[in-house]
Amino acid sequence: MWNKRKEDEYPPRPPDGPSFPHAPTDTKAGDPPPMTPTRTHEAESVRPGSAMIGKSVTIRGQIFSREDLTIDGEVEGTIEAQEHRIIIGPNGRVRATVKAREVLILGQLYGNVEAGDKAEIRRDAKLVGDVRTMRIAIEDGAWFKGSIDIVRPEAPKGQPKPPASAPSNAAGPGGQPLPPVVVSTPPANSGAANSGTVDTAPAEVKL
Amino acid sequence: MARSAEPATTANERTSKAFEQFVTSIRERENLSLLDLGGANQANITFITELGHRLYADDLLRSVDVEFGPAEGMQERQSDPERAQEFLSHNLDFPEDSFDGVLLWDILQFLAPPLLEGAVDRLYRILRPDGLVFLMFTGNEKTKTVPTYYYRISGPRNLTLTPRGERAPAQAFNNRSIEKIFQRWGAIKFFLARDNVRELIVRR
Repeated sequence: MWNKRKEDEYPPRPPDGPSFPHAPTDTKAGDPPPMTPTRTHEAESVRPGSAMIGKSVTIRGQIFSREDLTIDGEVEGTIEAQEHRIIIGPNGRVRATVKAREVLILGQLYGNVEAGDKAEIRRDAKLVGDVRTMRIAIEDGAWFKGSIDIVRPEAPKGQPKPPASAPSNAAGPGGQPLPPVVVSTPPANSGAANSGTVDTAPAEVKL
Repeated sequence: MARSAEPATTANERTSKAFEQFVTSIRERENLSLLDLGGANQANITFITELGHRLYADDLLRSVDVEFGPAEGMQERQSDPERAQEFLSHNLDFPEDSFDGVLLWDILQFLAPPLLEGAVDRLYRILRPDGLVFLMFTGNEKTKTVPTYYYRISGPRNLTLTPRGERAPAQAFNNRSIEKIFQRWGAIKFFLARDNVRELIVRR
């Protein structure tokens, strides 16, 4: 992993404590639920026809999947589902390299992600690791620590390259235009009536 | 913009000359590695990666809160040199010359001296020669708390500021003290905004 650091190592897990030493601690037990409802994790986590690792399951080793896979338990090792989608559920705690067509993270993932099509990090999720993907979507409230490499699809031979100023219109496989990068969270309270504008001008310059 | 006594709760737009210069600099080159310490968000990821650069994101203030929280007594805990170094070795532990630019936003003003000095020293080491840091300090030296924000890039010279609460600055900063922090760096350029926020571009 690029810039692998000390905290990325798997720490010994206390019997009843949290698995990860740097898990967010800013939510207190008595806190009210968020006022704005978001997509329900449960509905997204379990799709009909996909494999599921339940929240009371722990797996250490290599996982290869030929179907969509939802992980709501603990996994340590490597996970591959090259043509499919991997979902780290809200209870999922994963220490693994993950390779898939799509990776959706709602829980905690420590490890690098290689998503051929798209990586998505939802609110309250935590990802410590490097991401290499064609598209990435990250919701406000997600905690991401790592690098992002956006893989640009190569334009078919014989076609002119898209202009550098408009990379989001790059051609996808087969010359199909790619959908734009997902912007999952609109600017909070961005109504004009609530917005203030601050202009800056150079005032003093040294060197 | 008039300062309200109430904590801000709505997003603000900010036009920033300093940020514009930072963007101009990174636009002139390709395949740069940039470090955003203000927390990952979609807008910044999209903006930076569409320029063809690689982005490394982290939320340093959030890590500070986890390591040194709660707010009461945080300054004292940050002032422990051993603890500060340990924190930095976990959170800014990159190889030398890893980055071409750092978006530091307003983070430095909330770090107590040992942590601040250690962070600036590490930034110097992980930046390549001529690498740039964009950062800002509140202009009011007497204020007890200042609003903090998530900074989203909404254009080459525009930022959207989403409030993330109020914090007490670790110390008062004036131009002289800021220059002292960066005294071994190559160059420092100040921009004073109308709301007394000092924006800076610092070159390694």
